[in-house]
Amino acid sequence: MSNQTKQTVPSSRLYALLLIFLLCSFALIARAVNLQVMETDFLQGQGKARYLREVTIASTRGVITDRNGEPLAVSTPVDSVWVHPGELLEFPENIKPLAKLINGDADEIERKLTQRAKRGFVWMRRRLNPVVADQIRELNIPGVYLQKEYRRFYPAGEVTSHVIGFTNIDDVGQEGLELAYDSWLAGSPGSKRVIKNRKGQTVEEVELIREADPGNDLRLSIDKRLQYLAYRELKSTVLKHGARSGSVVVLDVNSGEILAMVNQPSYNPNDPGHDTDGLRNRAVTDVIEPGSVMKPIAMASVLENRITTPTTLIETSPGYIVISGHTIRDHRNYGTLDATGVITKSSNVGITKLALQLEPEEMWDTYSRFGFGEATGTGFPGESAGVLRNHRRWRRLEQATIAYGYGISATPLQLAQAYAAIANGGKLRQPTFIQGSNNPPISAIDPDIANAIAKMLETVTTKAGTGSRARVANYRIAGKTGTSHKASASGYAAARYVSSFAGFGPASNPRLVCVVIINDPTGKEYYGGLVAAPLFSEVMTGAMRILNIPPDDYPAMLVSASGSAGGQ
Amino acid sequence: MNSQILILFLVLVAVVCSALGVVYTRHQSRGLAVELGALEIQRDEGLAEWSRLQIEQGWLADASQIEKTARGALQMQQPAEIQILVVSP
Repeated sequence: MSNQTKQTVPSSRLYALLLIFLLCSFALIARAVNLQVMETDFLQGQGKARYLREVTIASTRGVITDRNGEPLAVSTPVDSVWVHPGELLEFPENIKPLAKLINGDADEIERKLTQRAKRGFVWMRRRLNPVVADQIRELNIPGVYLQKEYRRFYPAGEVTSHVIGFTNIDDVGQEGLELAYDSWLAGSPGSKRVIKNRKGQTVEEVELIREADPGNDLRLSIDKRLQYLAYRELKSTVLKHGARSGSVVVLDVNSGEILAMVNQPSYNPNDPGHDTDGLRNRAVTDVIEPGSVMKPIAMASVLENRITTPTTLIETSPGYIVISGHTIRDHRNYGTLDATGVITKSSNVGITKLALQLEPEEMWDTYSRFGFGEATGTGFPGESAGVLRNHRRWRRLEQATIAYGYGISATPLQLAQAYAAIANGGKLRQPTFIQGSNNPPISAIDPDIANAIAKMLETVTTKAGTGSRARVANYRIAGKTGTSHKASASGYAAARYVSSFAGFGPASNPRLVCVVIINDPTGKEYYGGLVAAPLFSEVMTGAMRILNIPPDDYPAMLVSASGSAGGQ
Repeated sequence: MNSQILILFLVLVAVVCSALGVVYTRHQSRGLAVELGALEIQRDEGLAEWSRLQIEQGWLADASQIEKTARGALQMQQPAEIQILVVSP
């Protein structure tokens, strides 16, 4: 049968069939070449995409600690809940229990989701309390998912808020050192390519695309214990005197490190709702006219240019002096004072008489060597440089007022820096927030003059001085009070003041500088010696105890100690 | 001729052995990769726990809490100056 068929087929049909087969095989070969040679990259890529996955390697923001390693800002993973509106709306009865857990209104959520029904991703609530997150996980509602995010916590809260600042919801620094050191702290997430099996397990790491760069930790010079102490005392002083705001800065004399920096009003950095008034780190961003706390700087200039010695007598009676038609007054008529007495009693007349014997340039030079008119260089966001006008534009009256701290403005930190230079034998160190920074000392003034000024400042806290309330038991304290009228649009306000105290101790071997500024105390007391000095004393007393600083005359105390212990 | 067949046979055996070796090491490496993944998750959980503990410690050791407990519950007070003795400088 087959033989018969074969023989009966005409050769033309055979050729036609052959041709068709030939064309078919050509088509197949062409397709094969096309796939194997021309589209191979595309196809291989598609194939790999079925099993290769790019996964991110998470990186956390670095921890900020104080100088003893106590954590001040820590990032920790928390859950955020997001929904797929389409999936969730299939079972609208599920919305109610979810709304209850996240304290939302079920109807409003449903309306919101209906509006966004076409989207695949809607945040419901970010950064949940872990307990709530667990409850949501247990509900196991289709279309509701939890996503891990990092949230920053500040265990010390409002005590350190101004220095450290805070981050926004995406963990980017917004204020303070969080902003200044954002790139150092942040780190960047990496990614790697892996092969996953159908269970979603990673079975092989193919390549590292980008290494994760974990955020670096930051160790501050702040001492949490001092910070807390200063904050507590400042808060109670501001409340007691009904002041508008206040700042305290404590500086390590030998290293220039900032041990404490607190301000009022403050805010809680853990709570996202901030009122803008409390956000500023006033100790660095706000300038004040310092008033009498500037007198030691003017006196340094006077001594440096050999106008007087500390014992030269100056006539300050009748307690006022007229310069260019403007009367400069003392608190009362002090009669004849020596140069030390001008500082002890804070005589405006005395310092004016001395300062006007200087060339403006000489005085300006001393002030600028103490760092006035120039930012301290801490790199703190919004740091103010203060104002020290060029000496060529000083009039006679201006030179006199600058001597007792008007017509010049400075931040509390600048004052602390200048006083630290006096305490440190004339060597100025740039203040720093970071432990172990490289801030080599710059000579601001001759050590002998610095020591002479320190001796004068020590008389301020004696009974005769204006700052007797700043005394610290068992320690000798050198410092200066200040009370300045606040400048307002219509000249100096009559009954609005800035009370200040700047000083250091123990005087025999200065370790700590502390500057206290109380802005606009509304109570009966407004003198620096009555408002700021007691606060200074409280802070320094605590600081000396916490840092274990030996008293000036501890040999005497040792003797009495062994005596009362029965003698050894 | 005979030796050629022998060589061919040996090479064949070697190829099969190495193929099995590849399969085996491949299997092992995948097992290890799964283990690595699990350990990385464990490490991340450990780090998260550490950060939570740090926060908790920071909160519990908060000076205002300590002060409240010391002054309130424990009735502690700062010693008066006369009770402070310097034992060593």
